[in-house]
Amino acid sequence: MRIRTSAIAALTAACAVLGVGLLAGGHAQGQQPEQDLSEKEIERYRAMISDPMSNPGFLNVDRGEQLWSLKRGAKNVSLETCDLGVGPGKLEGAYAKLPRYFADAGKVMDLEQRLLFCMTTLQELDTKDVIARRFSGPGRVSDMEDLVGFIANKSSGMKIEPQVSHPKEQEMLSVGEAMFYRRSAVMDFSCATCHAAEGKRIRLQGLPDFSKPGKAAQETMGSWPTYRVSQSQMRTMQHRLWDCYRQMRMPAPDYASDGLTALTVFMMKQAQGGEITVPSIKR
Amino acid sequence: MNRITTCTFAASAFVFIAPAVAQSPAPKVDPAVVEAFVAATWKSTTGDWRARVDQDETQKACTASNNEPTGALFDQIRDRESAAVVFPADGKVLGDWKKGAQVAQRGTGGQFSDQANTYRGGNCYACHQMSKAEVSFGTLGPSLNGYGKLHRFDAAEARKTYAKIYNSMSVLPCSQMPRFGHAKFLSEEQIKDVVAYLYDPESPVNK
Repeated sequence: MRIRTSAIAALTAACAVLGVGLLAGGHAQGQQPEQDLSEKEIERYRAMISDPMSNPGFLNVDRGEQLWSLKRGAKNVSLETCDLGVGPGKLEGAYAKLPRYFADAGKVMDLEQRLLFCMTTLQELDTKDVIARRFSGPGRVSDMEDLVGFIANKSSGMKIEPQVSHPKEQEMLSVGEAMFYRRSAVMDFSCATCHAAEGKRIRLQGLPDFSKPGKAAQETMGSWPTYRVSQSQMRTMQHRLWDCYRQMRMPAPDYASDGLTALTVFMMKQAQGGEITVPSIKR
Repeated sequence: MNRITTCTFAASAFVFIAPAVAQSPAPKVDPAVVEAFVAATWKSTTGDWRARVDQDETQKACTASNNEPTGALFDQIRDRESAAVVFPADGKVLGDWKKGAQVAQRGTGGQFSDQANTYRGGNCYACHQMSKAEVSFGTLGPSLNGYGKLHRFDAAEARKTYAKIYNSMSVLPCSQMPRFGHAKFLSEEQIKDVVAYLYDPESPVNK
């Protein structure tokens, strides 16, 4: 813990220095070299922040571990008997096979839906407060981000194994794909507007292609949840999709809703076989 | 040699027209089921925002045809969208290119995290290269550098460009570009300013 804290301080300082470097570098050169230089600097920045020893996301993992064994709710029990799909209380490899169908709930759930289900049924916890704090911010920690960080980390080093054999999982895959291509709102955007071609970018930000299975989808899905340096917070796929819809000028999708899980099933399918390394750290 | 070249061209042409969902990993699903999921996902959305969730006829047709409408459907979309283009009353489509540069640069507005009065930008640079001086540009759309010069600064061409920005689908049904005027996302004045940014010989786009 002490090592991590000092590493965070070092990281913050390094980012500040690099931020200045990026700005200065951007204007010192002529036309073509200028662009090459900024791209190189961005690459260097990415390499630097992906050092796991300096990833503040592991603080969330520690907090998540405590929350997993914390007794609360009307029944005053922990989440330790919650079945995430691979057996009650079993965490290793559970995230690699989510979302999946759960017979006791009669539906396909992602990790966050499943955790809320366990809080409600096992602990009899009123999840209103947990849902209100679903996304962390200044002075607001998120139990969900911490728990996801802790549980997902137990699948680090494993391969993504999408669960699509149950008829309900098949349906979610189809719905997720359809939602991926569905155009709407004031910009006429769908997910595919930005994420269905190789090597495209918005401004200088590269866009992963989810229209076909492969490396782009694997690297993306294998690196969530992630610590977002620009937001100074741990973020889960629920937040990523919420933020995508914000940029698409759609209304905010409901947290832990079935449509977001359907999209996640589709993306996990495209990412099949990708290696999970989480929590990662991103811009 | 010639035959090989022809074959290669034919093959690559085929790749370009192959639909993007050719590699679909999923079985077919009833569109009504999809819409039920969509409705559930935005269940909390009310008021003016709710309209953004539902698709208009054109969005439905583009989604269903994978953005490649053919035959009568192509004509139907083009005609419907063309009829909805509103040109400036005085016929002048060229505004102030300096203001147009701002519209092209700024990407704020219209997001659920924005205020209702947040400035709405065109965010052209998110997808297009325009002035060579701006190195931070996206590649989802083609480069527009030298656009006015390429179109000989022609008045009739500028009018077509106004229509394209106002409603991209009046020119190309199921274009990926937003229908900025049609959706009332940009004002008439903002669109005129962007047309000027593209067409003014003094604009950095044409330098």
